[in-house]
Amino acid sequence: MARINSPAKLDEFIKGVIDGRSEGRTCVTLCSGSACHATGSEAVARKIAEQLEEQGLAGSVDFRRTGCHGFCEKGPIVVIDPEEVCYLQVQPDDVPEIIETSIRGDGIIDRLLYVDPVSGEKTSHESDIPFYKHQRRMVFGPNRKIDPTSIEDYVAIGGYRALPKALGDMSPEAVIDEVKAANLRGRGGGGFPAGIKWEFARKAEGEPKYVVVNCDEGDPGAYMDRSLMEGNPYCVLEGLAIGAYAIGAHEGYFYVRQEYPLALKNLEIAIARAKELGLLGENILGTGFDFHVKVHRGAGAFVCGEETALLKSLEGRVGEPRPRPPYPAVKGLWDRPTNINNVETWANIPLIINEGAKAFASIGTDSSKGTKIFSLVGKISNTGLVEVPMGITLRDVIYKIGGGIPGGKKFKAVQTGGPSGGCIPENLLDLEVDFNKLTEAGSMMGSGGMIVMDEETCMVDVARYFIDFLADESCGKCVPCREGLRQMQGILTRITMGEGVPEDIDKLEALAEAAQGASLCALGKTAANPFLSTFRYFREEYEAHIEEKRCPALSCKALISYYIDPEKCQACMRCMKKCPSDAIIGAKKTIHIIDQEKCTKCGECLDACPTKFGAVTKLSGVPVPPPLPEDRRAFVRKSKAK
Amino acid sequence: MSDISLQIDGRPVTAREGDTILDAAREAGVAIPTLCHHADLEPYGGCRLCIVEAESRGGSQLVASCVYPVEEGLSVTTRSEKIDRIRRTLLELLMAHAPDSPQLLEMAEEYGAKRDRFDASSSFCIHCGLCVRYCAEVKKKNAVGFVDRGPKKEIAFIPSIASKECRDCKECFELCPTSYLQAAFVLTESLAFPHESE
Repeated sequence: MARINSPAKLDEFIKGVIDGRSEGRTCVTLCSGSACHATGSEAVARKIAEQLEEQGLAGSVDFRRTGCHGFCEKGPIVVIDPEEVCYLQVQPDDVPEIIETSIRGDGIIDRLLYVDPVSGEKTSHESDIPFYKHQRRMVFGPNRKIDPTSIEDYVAIGGYRALPKALGDMSPEAVIDEVKAANLRGRGGGGFPAGIKWEFARKAEGEPKYVVVNCDEGDPGAYMDRSLMEGNPYCVLEGLAIGAYAIGAHEGYFYVRQEYPLALKNLEIAIARAKELGLLGENILGTGFDFHVKVHRGAGAFVCGEETALLKSLEGRVGEPRPRPPYPAVKGLWDRPTNINNVETWANIPLIINEGAKAFASIGTDSSKGTKIFSLVGKISNTGLVEVPMGITLRDVIYKIGGGIPGGKKFKAVQTGGPSGGCIPENLLDLEVDFNKLTEAGSMMGSGGMIVMDEETCMVDVARYFIDFLADESCGKCVPCREGLRQMQGILTRITMGEGVPEDIDKLEALAEAAQGASLCALGKTAANPFLSTFRYFREEYEAHIEEKRCPALSCKALISYYIDPEKCQACMRCMKKCPSDAIIGAKKTIHIIDQEKCTKCGECLDACPTKFGAVTKLSGVPVPPPLPEDRRAFVRKSKAK
Repeated sequence: MSDISLQIDGRPVTAREGDTILDAAREAGVAIPTLCHHADLEPYGGCRLCIVEAESRGGSQLVASCVYPVEEGLSVTTRSEKIDRIRRTLLELLMAHAPDSPQLLEMAEEYGAKRDRFDASSSFCIHCGLCVRYCAEVKKKNAVGFVDRGPKKEIAFIPSIASKECRDCKECFELCPTSYLQAAFVLTESLAFPHESE
């Protein structure tokens, strides 16, 4: 297809695409993001294509493989439009029945519907499922509706309206003013107002200028940038082109993790298609604006998500942060003015240009506007990606959308903001989620990770885990981060091993102060947060570990013992058979005993013991009762003994 | 270059545009401790011992004075309880590597740092980068570099370069605040390019 050389021609192209699609035509969509790929969507896709062909429906029914829908807990997800019938955890064998019942006919297959875990009620329409109902999917929503490789799909749902509007009707300054008025804050972690950053870069002296997309998402458990890039790369591309126009840049870079192959593939396709249509390259839409992009693959260092380290890595040098000022807006890539924003920030731009700053800023709180995508993971019923308006309470996210804690366990804390974020306890569940409130609570927005923890999670061990991660990912340039984290790692490990001493707390506090106050970059400055926030809200757990050698969550292996209550043991031998280290002594009709010397504390016995017996328990901070003498181990069934 | 007026520890000081806080302080005779700083090398900002409190436009933050450029109206505090406490912690962290380094011992006395507060490390290297940067910036040889990252970061001589360049130079040896550099060189030399036996 020829390049489109004016906004009017683009209108014609879009009209052509929309006219070519008949409204109300049945369309089967299948979630094909990385998460659903892992649960088998590839095989389901083959089956759907094959069955549509076999049943002679290929010509009358559309089949669309889309990006991530967000409800990853229940993938692969099939939605049949226009009715929005939503089937969860679909397997290849379900496909013929789906086509027979819900495409040829208008029946619903009960067993594939969403079932409310509390009421047992079934929901057949996607938008009625509580997971979706309480979200506001302005940025992430289109993922469900488009094939990420199809630019036609993107324009059919409203894509490429913002770029011609910006290029044709707005001056660069007007674009910046709009983004400033929207008060869009950086979604990658810092929360710096994007419009102000753009203005710095526009006003900075030096040519050429650059724009960069930060897709080096590295937080454990966070994958919203990946899902956006995989599911809707055109949206990021359109936002980037608008930003480049506003700033006066003609070259842009996508810095994408090497570990995101599908994102890279879909992005490359999107770039090629946009170029082909003249939405990228020389003289875009005949407006005289040139903009070229390149994709750079990051080699997997967490610290390269920090903007100055990312820029060094882009230049082909070691990804180490450098001191700011000068900020990248003044001296960035190859010492030229550079504007760098996160994927989600760029993805918000077309929305702001289309709907206007006022509409955008009407959503959210005083300090934070619009929506934010969170990856809701951990001990939560509905794992997945959720997009919510700023200002929603943590309670609503975790209970209304997330469906609460599975297995009847109690909520303990939610960790937000990635590894250098913090843990927020139960009494703050009504906190309204925005940039400022999270920071006040000792955590941060970060890139939007939300890891839910239940009563079985040890908060000292959580701090140890994140400090381990950060120590491993520290670049090692400055002392408070490199040496401080190494020492914190050692001390926290010792505490979880039951070898903590009271002075350890003073040391941790001194190290945290040095890291916060003296580190070179944001990684180091926030690296102590896992300790600080857990210590602030769960001090008693630290004290229990250090003073009583007790792990209140019964999680730290060195501090717990497994024990079989002889009063409850039914001598069923289930635990014995499961024990991988032959640590359970017993026989038929002989009460079982755990040999503490041999026990590796794997927990298999606890899982094996039927709930109705409940004989296996974990102990911490108390001595294990001595085993029954051998002559008293004969098992006598209580009812018969009477 | 225009002059910039600022305050250091309450004293008015005039500096040139492009100067760092450290430059301005030294010119004014105010002592700020440093370790990774060297007059012939680009400022690095690695040891963070030179942190000071910089106050401007109503905000105050701790910054590394060796890399922070002076600004008009900046008010700098070079010592406070917090600054001293952090410097003490930093020195104690470094002494976990090099408890006998004369430079560290001298500063430790000033800040009350204990040499054995933190778990000792098996490597003496304190990663100031003086050797690496001197070799790269002044000698332009890159015979010694950093390998790995985070707590695993180490200096290493590159045998193919070091075998040609180092024996007649060794200018980096005296820059090293610990004896690690020499040890690393001797090790590389003995493994990769030993003296031919006479």
